[in-house]
Amino acid sequence: MTNFTKPAFSPTQLAIRRFCRHKMAVFGLFLLAALVVYVVGGSLVFSEEYANYNDTSIRLQLPSSEHPFGTDVVGRDILARTIYGGQISLTIGFAAVMVSVCVGTLIGAFAGYYGGMVDGILMRFTEAMLNIPQLFLLIVASKYLADKIHNFRAFGREFSGSVIVIVVIIGLTSWMYLARIVRSRFLSLKEQEFITAAHCIGTTNPGIIFRHILPNSVAQITVAATLGVANAILAEAYASFLGFGVRQPTATWGNMLEDANRYLESAPQLWIFPGLLILLTALSINFLGDGLRDALDPRMRI
Amino acid sequence: MTRYIIRRILQAIPLLLIISAILFVLMEEMGDPLATFGGRKVIRSEDRVRLTRQLGLDKPVYVQYLVWLVGNDWMKVDLDGDGVPESYGTRKGVIRGDFGTSFVTRRPVIEVIKQRLPNTLLLMLTAEIVILILALIIGITSALKQYSIFDHVATGLSFVGYSMPIPLLAIGLMYLFAVNFKKWGLPYFPTVGMFEPEAGRSVPQLLWHMALPVTAISTISIAAYSRYIRASMLEVINQDYIRTARAKGLREQIIMYRHAFKNAALPLVTLVGLDLPMLLAGAIVTEGIFAWPGMGRLFLDHTVRSDFPVLMGILMMISVAVVIFQIITDLTYTFLDPRIRYD
Repeated sequence: MTNFTKPAFSPTQLAIRRFCRHKMAVFGLFLLAALVVYVVGGSLVFSEEYANYNDTSIRLQLPSSEHPFGTDVVGRDILARTIYGGQISLTIGFAAVMVSVCVGTLIGAFAGYYGGMVDGILMRFTEAMLNIPQLFLLIVASKYLADKIHNFRAFGREFSGSVIVIVVIIGLTSWMYLARIVRSRFLSLKEQEFITAAHCIGTTNPGIIFRHILPNSVAQITVAATLGVANAILAEAYASFLGFGVRQPTATWGNMLEDANRYLESAPQLWIFPGLLILLTALSINFLGDGLRDALDPRMRI
Repeated sequence: MTRYIIRRILQAIPLLLIISAILFVLMEEMGDPLATFGGRKVIRSEDRVRLTRQLGLDKPVYVQYLVWLVGNDWMKVDLDGDGVPESYGTRKGVIRGDFGTSFVTRRPVIEVIKQRLPNTLLLMLTAEIVILILALIIGITSALKQYSIFDHVATGLSFVGYSMPIPLLAIGLMYLFAVNFKKWGLPYFPTVGMFEPEAGRSVPQLLWHMALPVTAISTISIAAYSRYIRASMLEVINQDYIRTARAKGLREQIIMYRHAFKNAALPLVTLVGLDLPMLLAGAIVTEGIFAWPGMGRLFLDHTVRSDFPVLMGILMMISVAVVIFQIITDLTYTFLDPRIRYD
């Protein structure tokens, strides 16, 4: 006989089950974990001084047992630099998305909830930002902020001020799609009965926005934010590759690619290793995001 | 319909004003345009002061923006740079089609852009055609043979495609098809420029030089587009009218291409409509790597020198194009789907 007393799955359990069924997503999660282990664990093996130590007598060496990934234009060890560069690249990716989630959620929430004039002004502003391709905005903003923020120390290490600049500008140039998603959630949710009920018992507007509607939009925000991390890492790579991102000697996967095309014939190690690491990271995050979309928001499935 | 178009155009005007104001304020502080003025360094401080006055760079930002927007032929400006405004300016402002002159080359911005635009359009339109053809083939085949090996491989590759950093792809293509093909004695592709200087500008030369950059630009978009086409095709295939068409005994091919595809193509119009204006901008990274003398390169070169009249020109051209293409896309919709009305 069927056991009807078995408790039903909670929404969280269901989401985890759906996620685990998505093989690519699980693969993405493991790949991302492996990359994090690589950049964190690697820093226990190599010191940062070693990653920034340059010896021009061994510049542009092909991979060897001493330097498994070879050396770069000024003779720095590429393996050690991919480790420290990876820490910065991944941090920039996550931090930039946090900025864009904050801005996008706030703008989308206010526009969707208050409607009318507020909606009109905020959405015109969003459209204005969407009208210029992101990379162009990034370059202009990066030039605008360049050298306005000084180098700083954190975790006992010296960082280029351009790290902060790039986090802020990637965040400020990538919130627009998220704002639209959040706005559409707010537009539909605010008409539902539980919001009317909340109004009736005298809940304030901020209370309704942050306690009632926002938690109901977390699934959509999480999915968009996850996919946003991949885009942020790529955006950092492009900006740094073009020389408008993070400055040397702080390594990122993006600025390691800088000038790689000038040594095309002699030093393929300059672009292969950082390039592949960016690809693997973006790939794992995209798989993960796809799985999260299936798990958290089955209706959004395409 | 006419009223709708007029309303959309009127709505676009404040939008463009907001965009131009944001960009202008950003650019004003972007760096010192006099550092590389006219290709030479301005060293003497009295020269600097004079030039700053002549160019109107000593004025507050809002005055500079106003001059950029409506020109300065209605106000006295300081043309000889002695600190006393004496004669009327000559600039007509953007709203009368004058985008000013480049700080670097001293040529009108319109001319500078006109020189580069055809190169970018050539590259990007070719890429867009390649993208559409391949993405349609891959997307439709994937949808029709859902969960087949082809579908799985295409899905996997499309994930790799849109996770691909352009520098890796572009430099990788160069390394394989230019450097190694040369080494192996195979016919190899050129890496930079539009044509060999000694061979001159000819169609075969152009095609030969376009092969690698077009591949680099299209790969990522093919990946994204084909997923999109697959999804919208799958959605349409499960509709009732497709079942009806099958029930009345139509040939499968006719059902797929006349009934399903036409409806599945509708969302594609939006995608293409959003992407087409971006073609004007060119692909900054790809043009940079392949030294293609297009808009992306122009933008990069003039950003380094803080030449904001040219940068404003490029960015405003893109914004206007985006606005126009949005209106065109919406109008195309009414032709493709008679259920949509805007009146």
